[in-house]
Amino acid sequence: MTYKTDLPVMLPMKRREAEPFLSLKMWYILPIALLAILGPNLVVAQSTPESQSPIAVLLNWAPLLLKGFIFNLVISVSAMALGTFVGAILGLGQISLFAPTRHSSWFVTQFFRNAPWLVLLFFAMFLLPFEINLFGFKIPFPDWFKAILGLSLPVMANVSEIVRGAVRSLPSGQWEAAESLAYTRLQTLWLIILPQCVKRMLPPWMNLYSILTMATVLASIVGVNEVMTLTGQALASEGGRPDLLAPFYGFVLLLFFIYCYPIAKFTVWLETKYAVIS
Amino acid sequence: MEFVFEWFRTLYQETGINLPFLYDEYDRNRMIDGFFTTIWLSLVCLFFSVIIGIIGAWLQGSAFKWTRRIVNGYIQLFRNTPPLVQLYFFYFAIGTLLPRVENDWGGQSPILGSFAWAAISLSFFAGAFNVEIFRSGIEAVPKSTVEAAEALGFSKLQIYRDITLPLAFRVVLPALNNNLVNLVKTTTLAYAIAVPEMLYEANQIWSDNVNVTEMMFFLLLAYFVLVGVLVGGMNRWERAMKIPGYGG
Repeated sequence: MTYKTDLPVMLPMKRREAEPFLSLKMWYILPIALLAILGPNLVVAQSTPESQSPIAVLLNWAPLLLKGFIFNLVISVSAMALGTFVGAILGLGQISLFAPTRHSSWFVTQFFRNAPWLVLLFFAMFLLPFEINLFGFKIPFPDWFKAILGLSLPVMANVSEIVRGAVRSLPSGQWEAAESLAYTRLQTLWLIILPQCVKRMLPPWMNLYSILTMATVLASIVGVNEVMTLTGQALASEGGRPDLLAPFYGFVLLLFFIYCYPIAKFTVWLETKYAVIS
Repeated sequence: MEFVFEWFRTLYQETGINLPFLYDEYDRNRMIDGFFTTIWLSLVCLFFSVIIGIIGAWLQGSAFKWTRRIVNGYIQLFRNTPPLVQLYFFYFAIGTLLPRVENDWGGQSPILGSFAWAAISLSFFAGAFNVEIFRSGIEAVPKSTVEAAEALGFSKLQIYRDITLPLAFRVVLPALNNNLVNLVKTTTLAYAIAVPEMLYEANQIWSDNVNVTEMMFFLLLAYFVLVGVLVGGMNRWERAMKIPGYGG
Protein backbone atom coordinates (compact mmCIF):
# COMPACT_ATOMS: atom_id res chain seq x y z
CA MET A 1 0.00 0.00 0.00
CA THR A 2 2.89 2.34 0.70
CA TYR A 3 4.37 4.25 -2.14
CA LYS A 4 7.68 6.01 -2.20
CA THR A 5 8.00 9.71 -2.63
CA ASP A 6 11.10 11.72 -3.29
CA LEU A 7 9.82 14.48 -1.02
CA PRO A 8 9.76 13.07 2.50
CA VAL A 9 7.58 15.40 4.55
CA MET A 10 7.76 13.53 7.81
CA LEU A 11 10.11 11.31 9.75
CA PRO A 12 8.80 7.95 10.89
CA MET A 13 7.28 7.98 14.38
CA LYS A 14 10.05 7.62 16.91
CA ARG A 15 9.85 5.17 19.75
CA ARG A 16 10.88 6.37 23.14
CA GLU A 17 14.38 5.39 24.17
CA ALA A 18 14.62 2.36 26.40
CA GLU A 19 14.56 3.17 30.07
CA PRO A 20 15.38 0.50 32.61
CA PHE A 21 12.06 -0.56 34.07
CA LEU A 22 11.28 -0.14 37.78
CA SER A 23 13.17 3.12 37.84
CA LEU A 24 10.49 4.43 40.16
CA LYS A 25 11.85 7.82 40.98
CA MET A 26 11.03 9.17 44.37
CA TRP A 27 9.60 12.43 43.10
CA TYR A 28 6.83 10.62 41.23
CA ILE A 29 5.37 9.57 44.55
CA LEU A 30 6.12 12.91 46.15
CA PRO A 31 3.07 14.81 44.86
CA ILE A 32 0.68 12.04 45.91
CA ALA A 33 2.36 11.56 49.26
CA LEU A 34 2.15 15.30 49.83
CA LEU A 35 -1.50 15.25 48.89
CA ALA A 36 -2.27 12.32 51.15
CA ILE A 37 -0.20 13.32 54.16
CA LEU A 38 0.09 17.09 54.24
CA GLY A 39 -3.33 17.83 52.77
CA PRO A 40 -5.34 16.62 55.75
CA ASN A 41 -2.99 18.26 58.25
CA LEU A 42 -3.75 21.62 56.72
CA VAL A 43 -7.44 21.24 57.48
CA VAL A 44 -6.97 19.42 60.77
CA ALA A 45 -7.13 22.72 62.60
CA GLN A 46 -10.80 23.03 61.71
CA SER A 47 -11.79 19.71 63.26
CA THR A 48 -12.83 19.44 66.88
CA PRO A 49 -9.99 18.85 69.34
CA GLU A 50 -11.26 15.47 70.64
CA SER A 51 -11.38 13.85 67.20
CA GLN A 52 -8.37 11.92 65.94
CA SER A 53 -6.12 13.39 63.30
CA PRO A 54 -6.91 12.25 59.75
CA ILE A 55 -3.64 10.29 59.54
CA ALA A 56 -4.41 8.31 62.68
CA VAL A 57 -7.88 7.50 61.36
CA LEU A 58 -6.44 6.46 58.01
CA LEU A 59 -3.91 4.20 59.73
CA ASN A 60 -6.75 2.56 61.66
CA TRP A 61 -8.57 1.73 58.50
CA ALA A 62 -5.55 0.96 56.30
CA PRO A 63 -5.50 -2.84 56.98
CA LEU A 64 -9.15 -3.15 55.96
CA LEU A 65 -8.63 -1.03 52.86
CA LEU A 66 -5.59 -3.10 51.92
CA LYS A 67 -7.70 -6.25 52.21
CA GLY A 68 -10.22 -4.63 49.90
CA PHE A 69 -7.46 -3.75 47.48
CA ILE A 70 -6.26 -7.35 47.44
CA PHE A 71 -9.81 -8.36 46.58
CA ASN A 72 -9.61 -5.93 43.65
CA LEU A 73 -6.45 -7.68 42.50
CA VAL A 74 -8.13 -11.08 42.80
CA ILE A 75 -11.00 -9.83 40.64
CA SER A 76 -8.59 -8.37 38.09
CA VAL A 77 -6.48 -11.55 37.82
CA SER A 78 -9.53 -13.81 37.49
CA ALA A 79 -11.21 -11.58 34.93
CA MET A 80 -7.95 -11.37 33.00
CA ALA A 81 -7.51 -15.16 32.97
CA LEU A 82 -11.07 -15.77 31.87
CA GLY A 83 -11.07 -12.95 29.33
CA THR A 84 -7.72 -14.01 27.85
CA PHE A 85 -8.86 -17.61 27.44
CA VAL A 86 -12.14 -16.77 25.71
CA GLY A 87 -10.60 -13.82 23.86
CA ALA A 88 -7.81 -15.96 22.39
CA ILE A 89 -10.40 -18.36 20.98
CA LEU A 90 -12.44 -15.44 19.65
CA GLY A 91 -9.32 -13.87 18.12
CA LEU A 92 -8.47 -17.11 16.33
CA GLY A 93 -12.08 -17.19 15.19
CA GLN A 94 -11.51 -13.81 13.59
CA ILE A 95 -8.78 -15.21 11.33
CA SER A 96 -10.72 -18.38 10.54
CA LEU A 97 -11.06 -19.35 6.88
CA PHE A 98 -14.70 -20.24 7.47
CA ALA A 99 -16.58 -17.02 6.71
CA PRO A 100 -19.50 -17.36 9.19
CA THR A 101 -17.07 -17.97 12.09
CA ARG A 102 -14.95 -15.05 10.99
CA HIS A 103 -17.87 -12.65 10.65
CA SER A 104 -19.60 -13.66 13.87
CA SER A 105 -16.32 -13.45 15.85
CA TRP A 106 -15.70 -10.05 14.35
CA PHE A 107 -19.15 -8.86 15.32
CA VAL A 108 -18.92 -10.16 18.91
CA THR A 109 -15.50 -8.52 19.27
CA GLN A 110 -16.67 -5.16 17.95
CA PHE A 111 -19.84 -5.25 20.03
CA PHE A 112 -18.07 -5.77 23.34
CA ARG A 113 -15.23 -3.43 22.44
CA ASN A 114 -17.59 -0.56 21.71
CA ALA A 115 -19.71 -0.95 24.83
CA PRO A 116 -18.57 0.96 27.92
CA TRP A 117 -17.12 -1.19 30.70
CA LEU A 118 -19.59 0.11 33.25
CA VAL A 119 -22.58 -0.77 31.06
CA LEU A 120 -21.23 -4.30 30.58
CA LEU A 121 -20.75 -4.59 34.32
CA PHE A 122 -24.34 -3.51 34.91
CA PHE A 123 -25.39 -5.97 32.26
CA ALA A 124 -23.70 -8.88 34.02
CA MET A 125 -24.84 -7.74 37.46
CA PHE A 126 -28.52 -7.37 36.75
CA LEU A 127 -29.18 -10.01 34.15
CA LEU A 128 -27.37 -12.99 35.64
CA PRO A 129 -29.36 -14.94 38.25
CA PHE A 130 -28.11 -14.90 41.83
CA GLU A 131 -28.05 -18.71 41.77
CA ILE A 132 -28.61 -21.44 39.24
CA ASN A 133 -30.20 -24.85 39.72
CA LEU A 134 -28.13 -27.61 38.23
CA PHE A 135 -29.39 -31.18 38.77
CA GLY A 136 -30.99 -30.19 42.04
CA PHE A 137 -27.84 -28.44 43.30
CA LYS A 138 -28.04 -24.75 43.94
CA ILE A 139 -24.92 -23.05 42.67
CA PRO A 140 -24.82 -19.52 44.09
CA PHE A 141 -23.66 -16.65 41.90
CA PRO A 142 -22.25 -14.12 44.35
CA ASP A 143 -21.80 -10.48 43.34
CA TRP A 144 -18.04 -10.70 43.01
CA PHE A 145 -18.35 -13.63 40.63
CA LYS A 146 -20.76 -11.69 38.47
CA ALA A 147 -18.33 -8.76 38.55
CA ILE A 148 -15.57 -11.04 37.26
CA LEU A 149 -17.82 -12.21 34.43
CA GLY A 150 -18.88 -8.65 33.63
CA LEU A 151 -15.31 -7.35 33.53
CA SER A 152 -14.06 -10.30 31.49
CA LEU A 153 -16.44 -9.41 28.63
CA PRO A 154 -14.56 -6.27 27.49
CA VAL A 155 -11.24 -8.00 28.25
CA MET A 156 -12.29 -10.82 25.96
CA ALA A 157 -13.05 -8.43 23.11
CA ASN A 158 -9.78 -6.53 23.55
CA VAL A 159 -7.70 -9.71 23.73
CA SER A 160 -9.44 -10.89 20.57
CA GLU A 161 -8.31 -7.72 18.79
CA ILE A 162 -4.78 -8.07 20.16
CA VAL A 163 -4.55 -11.64 18.83
CA ARG A 164 -5.93 -10.66 15.45
CA GLY A 165 -3.62 -7.64 15.21
CA ALA A 166 -0.55 -9.68 16.14
CA VAL A 167 -1.30 -12.39 13.57
CA ARG A 168 -1.99 -9.78 10.92
CA SER A 169 1.26 -7.95 11.71
CA LEU A 170 3.42 -10.93 10.80
CA PRO A 171 4.85 -10.79 7.29
CA SER A 172 2.97 -13.05 4.88
CA GLY A 173 6.29 -14.70 4.02
CA GLN A 174 5.97 -16.67 7.24
CA TRP A 175 2.70 -18.20 6.08
CA GLU A 176 4.05 -18.90 2.62
CA ALA A 177 7.27 -20.47 3.90
CA ALA A 178 5.27 -22.74 6.20
CA GLU A 179 2.98 -23.68 3.35
CA SER A 180 5.91 -24.56 1.11
CA LEU A 181 7.23 -26.84 3.86
CA ALA A 182 3.88 -28.66 3.75
CA TYR A 183 2.68 -27.59 7.18
CA THR A 184 -1.07 -27.83 7.65
CA ARG A 185 -2.92 -24.68 8.64
CA LEU A 186 -3.21 -25.82 12.23
CA GLN A 187 0.50 -26.63 12.40
CA THR A 188 1.41 -23.30 10.81
CA LEU A 189 -0.65 -21.43 13.36
CA TRP A 190 0.45 -23.41 16.37
CA LEU A 191 4.14 -23.93 15.56
CA ILE A 192 5.07 -20.88 13.50
CA ILE A 193 2.66 -17.98 13.74
CA LEU A 194 1.53 -17.98 17.37
CA PRO A 195 4.99 -18.39 18.96
CA GLN A 196 6.10 -15.27 17.10
CA CYS A 197 2.94 -13.45 18.09
CA VAL A 198 3.45 -13.91 21.83
CA LYS A 199 6.23 -11.31 21.84
CA ARG A 200 4.06 -8.82 20.00
CA MET A 201 1.00 -9.50 22.12
CA LEU A 202 2.69 -9.18 25.50
CA PRO A 203 2.96 -5.36 25.77
CA PRO A 204 -0.65 -4.59 24.72
CA TRP A 205 -1.85 -7.47 26.87
CA MET A 206 -0.14 -6.03 29.91
CA ASN A 207 -1.50 -2.61 29.09
CA LEU A 208 -4.95 -4.16 29.05
CA TYR A 209 -4.30 -5.77 32.43
CA SER A 210 -3.40 -2.41 33.87
CA ILE A 211 -6.61 -0.89 32.46
CA LEU A 212 -8.60 -3.80 33.86
CA THR A 213 -7.08 -3.37 37.31
CA MET A 214 -8.14 0.25 37.28
CA ALA A 215 -11.60 -0.78 36.10
CA THR A 216 -12.16 -3.11 39.06
CA VAL A 217 -13.21 -0.13 41.19
CA LEU A 218 -16.28 0.08 38.95
CA ALA A 219 -17.53 -2.96 40.86
CA SER A 220 -18.10 -0.63 43.82
CA ILE A 221 -20.93 1.06 41.91
CA VAL A 222 -22.77 -2.25 41.73
CA GLY A 223 -22.07 -3.08 45.36
CA VAL A 224 -19.11 -5.48 45.48
CA ASN A 225 -17.12 -5.16 48.71
CA GLU A 226 -13.88 -3.93 47.19
CA VAL A 227 -11.59 -1.09 48.18
CA MET A 228 -13.83 1.76 46.99
CA THR A 229 -16.93 0.38 48.73
CA LEU A 230 -14.93 -0.14 51.92
CA THR A 231 -13.57 3.40 51.68
CA GLY A 232 -17.11 4.73 51.45
CA GLN A 233 -18.18 2.63 54.43
CA ALA A 234 -15.14 3.68 56.47
CA LEU A 235 -15.87 7.33 55.74
CA ALA A 236 -19.51 6.86 56.71
CA SER A 237 -18.65 5.15 59.99
CA GLU A 238 -16.29 8.00 60.89
CA GLY A 239 -19.31 10.25 60.70
CA GLY A 240 -18.63 11.78 57.29
CA ARG A 241 -15.87 14.14 58.42
CA PRO A 242 -14.99 16.30 55.41
CA ASP A 243 -11.30 16.47 56.37
CA LEU A 244 -11.07 12.68 55.94
CA LEU A 245 -12.22 12.65 52.32
CA ALA A 246 -8.95 13.78 50.72
CA PRO A 247 -6.64 11.40 52.63
CA PHE A 248 -8.92 8.40 52.11
CA TYR A 249 -9.45 8.90 48.40
CA GLY A 250 -5.79 9.90 48.08
CA PHE A 251 -4.83 6.63 49.76
CA VAL A 252 -6.86 4.62 47.23
CA LEU A 253 -5.24 6.57 44.38
CA LEU A 254 -1.83 5.83 45.89
CA LEU A 255 -2.56 2.09 46.15
CA PHE A 256 -3.47 1.87 42.49
CA PHE A 257 -0.56 4.05 41.45
CA ILE A 258 1.95 1.88 43.32
CA TYR A 259 0.52 -1.23 41.67
CA CYS A 260 -0.02 0.06 38.12
CA TYR A 261 3.01 2.30 37.65
CA PRO A 262 5.60 -0.50 37.67
CA ILE A 263 3.40 -2.46 35.25
CA ALA A 264 3.29 0.53 32.90
CA LYS A 265 7.06 0.98 33.16
CA PHE A 266 7.64 -2.71 32.51
CA THR A 267 5.34 -2.56 29.47
CA VAL A 268 7.28 0.35 27.98
CA TRP A 269 10.49 -1.52 28.62
CA LEU A 270 9.13 -4.65 26.92
CA GLU A 271 7.88 -2.58 24.00
CA THR A 272 11.29 -1.05 23.35
CA LYS A 273 12.98 -4.41 23.87
CA TYR A 274 10.76 -6.22 21.37
CA ALA A 275 10.55 -3.31 18.96
CA VAL A 276 11.16 -4.34 15.38
CA ILE A 277 14.05 -2.26 14.12
CA SER A 278 13.32 -1.28 10.57
CA MET B 1 -44.54 9.35 15.17
CA GLU B 2 -47.55 8.88 17.43
CA PHE B 3 -48.37 5.70 15.53
CA VAL B 4 -44.93 4.22 16.27
CA PHE B 5 -45.21 5.12 19.96
CA GLU B 6 -48.64 3.49 20.16
CA TRP B 7 -47.22 0.39 18.50
CA PHE B 8 -44.68 0.02 21.31
CA ARG B 9 -47.45 0.45 23.88
CA THR B 10 -49.34 -2.39 22.18
CA LEU B 11 -46.13 -4.41 22.10
CA TYR B 12 -45.87 -4.04 25.87
CA GLN B 13 -49.49 -5.04 26.39
CA GLU B 14 -49.26 -8.02 24.07
CA THR B 15 -45.79 -9.42 24.83
CA GLY B 16 -44.64 -7.76 28.05
CA ILE B 17 -41.58 -6.21 26.38
CA ASN B 18 -41.63 -2.88 28.16
CA LEU B 19 -39.91 0.04 26.42
CA PRO B 20 -41.44 3.02 28.23
CA PHE B 21 -38.94 5.50 26.78
CA LEU B 22 -40.67 4.98 23.45
CA TYR B 23 -44.35 5.27 24.32
CA ASP B 24 -44.29 7.35 27.51
CA GLU B 25 -43.60 11.01 26.94
CA TYR B 26 -42.03 11.65 30.34
CA ASP B 27 -39.61 8.72 30.04
CA ARG B 28 -38.90 9.63 26.44
CA ASN B 29 -37.85 13.13 27.43
CA ARG B 30 -35.65 11.74 30.20
CA MET B 31 -33.90 9.41 27.76
CA ILE B 32 -33.41 12.18 25.18
CA ASP B 33 -32.01 14.47 27.89
CA GLY B 34 -29.66 11.71 28.99
CA PHE B 35 -28.49 11.15 25.44
CA PHE B 36 -27.72 14.82 24.93
CA THR B 37 -26.01 15.07 28.32
CA THR B 38 -23.70 12.23 27.25
CA ILE B 39 -22.97 13.99 23.96
CA TRP B 40 -22.45 17.37 25.66
CA LEU B 41 -20.19 15.91 28.35
CA SER B 42 -18.16 14.11 25.67
CA LEU B 43 -17.79 17.31 23.64
CA VAL B 44 -16.74 19.42 26.64
CA CYS B 45 -14.20 16.81 27.77
CA LEU B 46 -12.97 16.39 24.22
CA PHE B 47 -12.35 20.10 23.86
CA PHE B 48 -10.54 20.53 27.17
CA SER B 49 -8.55 17.29 26.90
CA VAL B 50 -7.21 18.34 23.50
CA ILE B 51 -6.30 21.76 24.94
CA ILE B 52 -4.55 20.06 27.88
CA GLY B 53 -2.76 17.77 25.43
CA ILE B 54 -1.50 20.65 23.29
CA ILE B 55 -0.35 22.75 26.24
CA GLY B 56 1.18 19.73 27.99
CA ALA B 57 3.11 18.67 24.89
CA TRP B 58 4.37 22.22 24.49
CA LEU B 59 5.47 22.36 28.15
CA GLN B 60 7.22 19.00 27.76
CA GLY B 61 9.49 20.59 25.19
CA SER B 62 10.34 23.34 27.66
CA ALA B 63 13.92 24.11 28.61
CA PHE B 64 13.17 24.00 32.35
CA LYS B 65 13.76 20.62 33.94
CA TRP B 66 11.05 21.11 36.57
CA THR B 67 8.35 22.04 34.06
CA ARG B 68 9.00 18.79 32.23
CA ARG B 69 9.03 16.85 35.49
CA ILE B 70 5.72 18.27 36.67
CA VAL B 71 4.07 17.49 33.34
CA ASN B 72 5.51 13.97 33.49
CA GLY B 73 4.29 13.51 37.03
CA TYR B 74 0.82 14.63 35.98
CA ILE B 75 0.78 12.13 33.09
CA GLN B 76 1.95 9.19 35.20
CA LEU B 77 -0.41 10.04 38.03
CA PHE B 78 -3.50 10.22 35.84
CA ARG B 79 -2.62 7.27 33.66
CA ASN B 80 -1.94 4.86 36.49
CA THR B 81 -4.88 5.52 38.78
CA PRO B 82 -8.50 4.51 38.19
CA PRO B 83 -10.61 7.25 36.57
CA LEU B 84 -13.45 6.50 38.97
CA VAL B 85 -11.27 7.19 42.01
CA GLN B 86 -10.03 10.38 40.35
CA LEU B 87 -13.64 11.40 39.84
CA TYR B 88 -14.47 10.70 43.51
CA PHE B 89 -11.35 12.53 44.60
CA PHE B 90 -12.28 15.61 42.61
CA TYR B 91 -15.97 15.56 43.47
CA PHE B 92 -15.89 14.59 47.14
CA ALA B 93 -12.44 15.60 48.36
CA ILE B 94 -11.75 18.80 46.43
CA GLY B 95 -15.40 19.69 45.87
CA THR B 96 -16.08 19.92 49.61
CA LEU B 97 -13.09 22.20 50.18
CA LEU B 98 -14.43 24.82 47.79
CA PRO B 99 -16.75 27.57 49.05
CA ARG B 100 -20.50 27.16 48.72
CA VAL B 101 -22.84 29.61 47.08
CA GLU B 102 -26.47 30.45 47.69
CA ASN B 103 -28.79 28.95 45.09
CA ASP B 104 -32.14 30.18 43.76
CA TRP B 105 -34.11 28.56 46.56
CA GLY B 106 -32.11 30.20 49.33
CA GLY B 107 -30.18 27.01 50.16
CA GLN B 108 -26.48 26.35 49.97
CA SER B 109 -25.10 24.52 46.99
CA PRO B 110 -21.54 23.69 45.91
CA ILE B 111 -19.94 26.17 43.57
CA LEU B 112 -19.33 23.42 41.00
CA GLY B 113 -22.00 20.83 40.29
CA SER B 114 -21.52 17.16 39.45
CA PHE B 115 -21.49 17.85 35.71
CA ALA B 116 -18.66 20.37 36.07
CA TRP B 117 -16.60 18.00 38.21
CA ALA B 118 -17.18 15.14 35.79
CA ALA B 119 -16.04 17.39 32.93
CA ILE B 120 -12.94 18.52 34.84
CA SER B 121 -11.96 15.07 36.03
CA LEU B 122 -12.48 13.31 32.69
CA SER B 123 -10.69 16.10 30.81
CA PHE B 124 -7.64 15.70 33.01
CA PHE B 125 -7.82 11.92 32.59
CA ALA B 126 -8.05 12.01 28.80
CA GLY B 127 -5.64 14.96 28.66
CA ALA B 128 -2.89 12.89 30.29
CA PHE B 129 -3.07 10.47 27.38
CA ASN B 130 -3.28 13.30 24.86
CA VAL B 131 -0.02 14.90 26.08
CA GLU B 132 1.89 11.71 25.28
CA ILE B 133 0.11 11.38 21.95
CA PHE B 134 0.87 14.95 20.88
CA ARG B 135 4.48 14.67 22.07
CA SER B 136 5.08 11.66 19.83
CA GLY B 137 3.57 13.63 16.94
CA ILE B 138 5.73 16.69 17.54
CA GLU B 139 8.85 14.49 17.64
CA ALA B 140 7.90 13.16 14.21
CA VAL B 141 8.22 16.61 12.62
CA PRO B 142 11.74 16.89 11.10
CA LYS B 143 14.13 19.47 12.48
CA SER B 144 14.81 20.71 8.96
CA THR B 145 11.17 21.75 8.56
CA VAL B 146 11.37 23.81 11.75
CA GLU B 147 14.70 25.28 10.64
CA ALA B 148 13.21 26.22 7.29
CA ALA B 149 10.41 28.03 9.11
CA GLU B 150 12.94 29.81 11.31
CA ALA B 151 14.83 30.89 8.21
CA LEU B 152 11.59 32.40 6.90
CA GLY B 153 11.37 34.50 10.04
CA PHE B 154 8.56 32.69 11.86
CA SER B 155 8.42 33.28 15.59
CA LYS B 156 8.54 30.34 18.01
CA LEU B 157 4.79 30.49 18.61
CA GLN B 158 4.08 30.77 14.89
CA ILE B 159 6.25 27.73 14.18
CA TYR B 160 4.37 25.72 16.78
CA ARG B 161 0.96 26.91 15.62
CA ASP B 162 1.42 26.94 11.84
CA ILE B 163 4.13 24.35 11.12
CA THR B 164 4.62 21.77 13.85
CA LEU B 165 1.04 21.35 15.06
CA PRO B 166 -0.70 20.86 11.69
CA LEU B 167 1.89 18.25 10.66
CA ALA B 168 1.92 16.55 14.05
CA PHE B 169 -1.86 16.52 14.11
CA ARG B 170 -2.03 14.26 11.09
CA VAL B 171 0.46 11.83 12.57
CA VAL B 172 -1.37 11.55 15.87
CA LEU B 173 -4.89 11.34 14.50
CA PRO B 174 -5.28 7.53 14.80
CA ALA B 175 -4.05 7.48 18.40
CA LEU B 176 -6.08 10.58 19.23
CA ASN B 177 -9.25 9.09 17.82
CA ASN B 178 -8.70 5.96 19.82
CA ASN B 179 -8.42 8.05 22.97
CA LEU B 180 -11.52 10.05 22.12
CA VAL B 181 -13.57 6.88 21.63
CA ASN B 182 -12.34 5.75 25.04
CA LEU B 183 -13.35 9.10 26.47
CA VAL B 184 -16.92 8.71 25.24
CA LYS B 185 -17.07 5.30 26.89
CA THR B 186 -15.60 6.71 30.09
CA THR B 187 -18.37 9.32 30.38
CA THR B 188 -20.54 6.53 31.82
CA LEU B 189 -18.50 6.90 35.02
CA ALA B 190 -20.24 10.23 35.60
CA TYR B 191 -23.17 8.04 36.63
CA ALA B 192 -21.37 7.51 39.94
CA ILE B 193 -21.70 11.19 40.90
CA ALA B 194 -25.26 11.48 39.58
CA VAL B 195 -24.66 13.34 36.34
CA PRO B 196 -27.90 12.74 34.41
CA GLU B 197 -26.29 11.08 31.40
CA MET B 198 -27.63 8.12 29.45
CA LEU B 199 -26.75 5.37 31.93
CA TYR B 200 -28.14 7.38 34.83
CA GLU B 201 -31.42 8.11 33.07
CA ALA B 202 -31.73 4.47 32.03
CA ASN B 203 -31.24 3.54 35.67
CA GLN B 204 -34.03 5.96 36.66
CA ILE B 205 -36.35 4.45 34.08
CA TRP B 206 -35.68 0.85 35.07
CA SER B 207 -36.14 1.77 38.73
CA ASP B 208 -39.58 3.19 37.93
CA ASN B 209 -40.74 0.51 35.51
CA VAL B 210 -38.85 -2.61 36.67
CA ASN B 211 -37.71 -3.43 33.14
CA VAL B 212 -33.99 -3.97 33.72
CA THR B 213 -33.57 -6.49 30.92
CA GLU B 214 -35.06 -4.32 28.19
CA MET B 215 -33.20 -1.19 29.35
CA MET B 216 -29.91 -3.07 29.60
CA PHE B 217 -30.19 -4.39 26.05
CA PHE B 218 -31.24 -0.98 24.82
CA LEU B 219 -28.26 0.67 26.54
CA LEU B 220 -25.78 -1.78 25.06
CA LEU B 221 -27.27 -1.24 21.64
CA ALA B 222 -27.34 2.55 22.06
CA TYR B 223 -23.66 2.74 23.05
CA PHE B 224 -22.74 0.29 20.33
CA VAL B 225 -24.38 2.51 17.72
CA LEU B 226 -23.05 5.75 19.24
CA VAL B 227 -19.45 4.52 19.39
CA GLY B 228 -19.81 2.77 16.03
CA VAL B 229 -20.89 6.00 14.34
CA LEU B 230 -18.01 7.83 16.03
CA VAL B 231 -15.41 5.23 14.96
CA GLY B 232 -16.76 5.23 11.41
CA GLY B 233 -16.64 9.03 11.21
CA MET B 234 -13.14 9.18 12.67
CA ASN B 235 -11.86 6.60 10.19
CA ARG B 236 -13.23 8.63 7.29
CA TRP B 237 -11.62 11.75 8.70
CA GLU B 238 -8.30 9.94 9.11
CA ARG B 239 -8.36 8.90 5.47
CA ALA B 240 -9.22 12.44 4.36
CA MET B 241 -6.38 14.00 6.38
CA LYS B 242 -3.69 11.52 5.37
CA ILE B 243 -0.34 12.89 4.23
CA PRO B 244 0.65 11.29 0.92
CA GLY B 245 3.65 9.03 1.27
CA TYR B 246 3.49 8.81 5.03
CA GLY B 247 2.15 5.78 6.84
CA GLY B 248 0.75 2.61 5.36
